[in-house]
Amino acid sequence: METTAITANTKWWNGGKSPFNVEYGKLMMWYFLMSDTFTFGAFLIAYGTVRFSSTGWPDPNEVFRSYPGASEGAHAPLVFVSIMTFILIVSSVTMVLAVHAGHERKKKEVAKYLIWTIIGGLAFLGCQAWEWNHLHHEGAWWGSNPFLNSDGTASTTNFTNFFFTITGFHGFHVFSGVIINIIMLIMTLVGTFDKKGHYLMIEKAGLYWHFVDLVWVFVFTCFYLL
Amino acid sequence: MEHSTTYEANAVHDNHGGTKEIWRTFWILLILTLVELALGFWMIGMPDGGLRLAIKGSIIILMMAKAFYIVSYFMHLGSELRNLIMTIIVPLIFLLWGIAAFLYEGNSYKRNRMQYDKYQKESSQLKAEPKAEEKIEEKKPGALEQ
Repeated sequence: METTAITANTKWWNGGKSPFNVEYGKLMMWYFLMSDTFTFGAFLIAYGTVRFSSTGWPDPNEVFRSYPGASEGAHAPLVFVSIMTFILIVSSVTMVLAVHAGHERKKKEVAKYLIWTIIGGLAFLGCQAWEWNHLHHEGAWWGSNPFLNSDGTASTTNFTNFFFTITGFHGFHVFSGVIINIIMLIMTLVGTFDKKGHYLMIEKAGLYWHFVDLVWVFVFTCFYLL
Repeated sequence: MEHSTTYEANAVHDNHGGTKEIWRTFWILLILTLVELALGFWMIGMPDGGLRLAIKGSIIILMMAKAFYIVSYFMHLGSELRNLIMTIIVPLIFLLWGIAAFLYEGNSYKRNRMQYDKYQKESSQLKAEPKAEEKIEEKKPGALEQ
């Protein structure tokens, strides 16, 4: 096996072996994620550019201040979004635990952690659906911004346009991730990976799921904190 | 699947720390997030200025630290070969250029507009009338009674 031959002097570019020492699918997943990074990067840079070119911007602590079951005048900035962030971090941990169990080929463990990851993903999507619904009831949507700038001047619709586009695009990634994880769970339960002899597919799904968490780190910071 | 048989043996190569390392990373991420949130709460109602800017800078540094831990430990990029790490990280330099160039451009657009467009300058300083949406519903003179 190739791995046994790895030393400090291995000549990776002499041909005959992958210079990256990973399987094809995993390498392609990395390149896909890199291209997706550029998509999200372009979105966030566009958001930053427009924000830098604007004379005023709504205060996120005024806009995102509610949570499910709160009264009309609730003022709880950052609370609900902290819960969403926490959910996504935990689901990332359960995913990496599933990958880890896959390395040890423990089918039951893999299934257990995948189920927790799926629950986490659905919980996050539920939170986001609630937040969108809440903002929509306050009159916010693409092309409509009820929130004034933080200095009390009239605002443009840039704020809501970027918010719904970028969190929507991220939410769509979470949704696809949940679907992928459900497929992985089914494949685990019917024994596809046991037949193959390895759980490398879980690893690739895991890469995607961690990427979704990674993007949320940036989206959360750019929209709710800064 | 020819490939998978070749790599079966090294499937464990990025599994050094085991679950201990996973939980350690989780706690680091959680603490970094809590610090970020604490800074966010501290910033509420703070006037613009040097301190606010410094806090925003710290939040961005914490964000990058979180990104590093996720990519390096959860996605195991840290234990891949240097060749692979470089093909992923090096192209991201373009994003650094994008951030610098476009944010500078946006800011300069604002400054130019505020300097040369008097209408823009004055209208950007007018306070919005409260409850702007109710004004639309006012009846125009001569409108039908309902």
